[in-house]
Amino acid sequence: MSSAATTVAQSQQPQPVPPAEAPPAGTAGSGSGGSGTQAPPAAPQPRQARDYSSYRVVAAKHPWRWVGTAVVALGVLAVAWSLATNPRWEWGVVAQWFTAQSVVNGLVETLKLTAISGVLGFVLGFILALMRLSASPLLVSVSWTFSWIFRSTPLLVQMLLWYNLGYLYEKISLGIPFTDVRFFEVQTTTLISQFAAAVLGLTLNQAAYSAEIIRGGILSVDQGQLEAAAALGIPAWRRSTRIVLPQAMRAILPTAFNEIIGLVKGTSIVYVLAYSELFYTVQVIYNRTQQVLPLLLVATLWYIVITSVLSVFQYYIERHYSKGAVRNLPLTPLQKACKFFATHAAVPHRRNP
Amino acid sequence: MTDTLAAPAATRGLVEITGVRKSFGATEVLKGVSLTVEPGGVAVIVGPSGSGKSTLLRTINHLEKVDGGHITIDGQLVGYEVRGDRLHELREKEILKQRTEIGMVFQNFNLFPHLTALENVAEAPVVAQGRSKADARRRGLELLDRVGLKDRADAYPRQLSGGQQQRVAIARALALDPKILLFDEPTSALDPELVNEVLDVIRELATSGTTLIIVTHEMGFARDVADTVVFMDQGQIVEQGTPQGIFSNPQEPRTRSFFSKVLEPAFNI
Repeated sequence: MSSAATTVAQSQQPQPVPPAEAPPAGTAGSGSGGSGTQAPPAAPQPRQARDYSSYRVVAAKHPWRWVGTAVVALGVLAVAWSLATNPRWEWGVVAQWFTAQSVVNGLVETLKLTAISGVLGFVLGFILALMRLSASPLLVSVSWTFSWIFRSTPLLVQMLLWYNLGYLYEKISLGIPFTDVRFFEVQTTTLISQFAAAVLGLTLNQAAYSAEIIRGGILSVDQGQLEAAAALGIPAWRRSTRIVLPQAMRAILPTAFNEIIGLVKGTSIVYVLAYSELFYTVQVIYNRTQQVLPLLLVATLWYIVITSVLSVFQYYIERHYSKGAVRNLPLTPLQKACKFFATHAAVPHRRNP
Repeated sequence: MTDTLAAPAATRGLVEITGVRKSFGATEVLKGVSLTVEPGGVAVIVGPSGSGKSTLLRTINHLEKVDGGHITIDGQLVGYEVRGDRLHELREKEILKQRTEIGMVFQNFNLFPHLTALENVAEAPVVAQGRSKADARRRGLELLDRVGLKDRADAYPRQLSGGQQQRVAIARALALDPKILLFDEPTSALDPELVNEVLDVIRELATSGTTLIIVTHEMGFARDVADTVVFMDQGQIVEQGTPQGIFSNPQEPRTRSFFSKVLEPAFNI
């Protein structure tokens, strides 16, 4: 019954339509023909959309933004001016020591410490994170305890403890536990040099923090990903490295680079072991020459250089891992610059293409 | 459409589920479920949410371990091995091997977002079946073509619509040449206008000789493709039969009351 009604309605519908549509079509045609002043033939005239395409777009004005920019620019200028003109910064001394052999040697030691403890710390952290996520209660609690201890003691104390390990344990030996069998034995003080104590302290501390960062990254990956991979028969190791870790990296990287940058400056703490990295070297020099501030500035500038280089790496590594996570990859600064010049050279007054 | 993959009258893919039980904590979600799906058959499982449909599906490829009962595929136990008079749980490696014979398509697609459509499809054949990369890519393109997405092979999942993503997921499941395909509400996460493009692909598969077990809320689709419709409620199979029988003439009051709620809008358009 209802279907019959619909057929009737459908067959009736087309008839009233053409006459209703005809007049507007006619006026539109005559309007575009040129005689625009013609009187409308029928009273209910449909509104005709006005054409704005020939108008020029004027961007909104933001006067306070300009005031703010001017104030900040003035401040920046003042700081730069005082840095350049205050003779007590002793830029000559800074320049003299910046590339001095001893400072460069210290810098190399700093980079070495950062690289070694950074890599070892993150490898150990990765293992600790996997332990923490495993099904074994023992592995979980060992991993938890590790992070707990190393995160709750000051790095300075850890460092001194490692360096003085010889006081606690005179000899370190490898053998079968609870028997007298020893494969080798060595004096602790010869094994734990300043360098070893520094690497040990920084690595273990770093591992405790990076374990949490990596664990957080792994947890941020949707459980469905693991399920899908398991359902496809992809082996466990491959699941971690090919499916989970690349996705976890997006969450891991920003915090991990924070940690590495922290580590670069954190290495300065090994001055307590009288280990001649950048900071200790600079201290030795200013104790001799009494040019304290310029030499601290030398160290600072180097730390800034290292951090800047790391930031560039961070940008490109993050961009690499954002593949697939964003619809289109963000432009690199170089591409942005090219685009800026291309668009601004071609169409000077239009903001949006 | 030119189906070079159609198996000759299916001889593989017999699924026998016997007395399967499964609990999550104190809640028993499967209370002794038994079901047989013939090789090349199409079983559609329907029922209210929380009735255990998805869980049953997930026990078939051992994503969920059963607490009681057993499941065999072509006579081979899933997840266990008979040694003497005992059932030994299989090791991870062997379970993974069994899973390559059972494809699964998820409600939320679960495509790997950092891999392109083609990489998604070609990943498992290489690492789980040891095929060459070139071979897997060639086959991957064939399968993407089959689901109508050959030209999007290099797109990342987030650059695809929901329907396209699900079609890639189906191609990914097909890449292992499974005997059995499991569909866990494949259209539930899709916008209404995208549902049909996915159902059409599944419809085409229904004639290919692969055994299909489908959990869905699309009753019209179930009527079209199913050999057997299974109605589940509260962890049990209440009723099963041909689509005609079960939709037009349900025997059990629970089946009748469920269909009276879901069929009305679907069939009175």
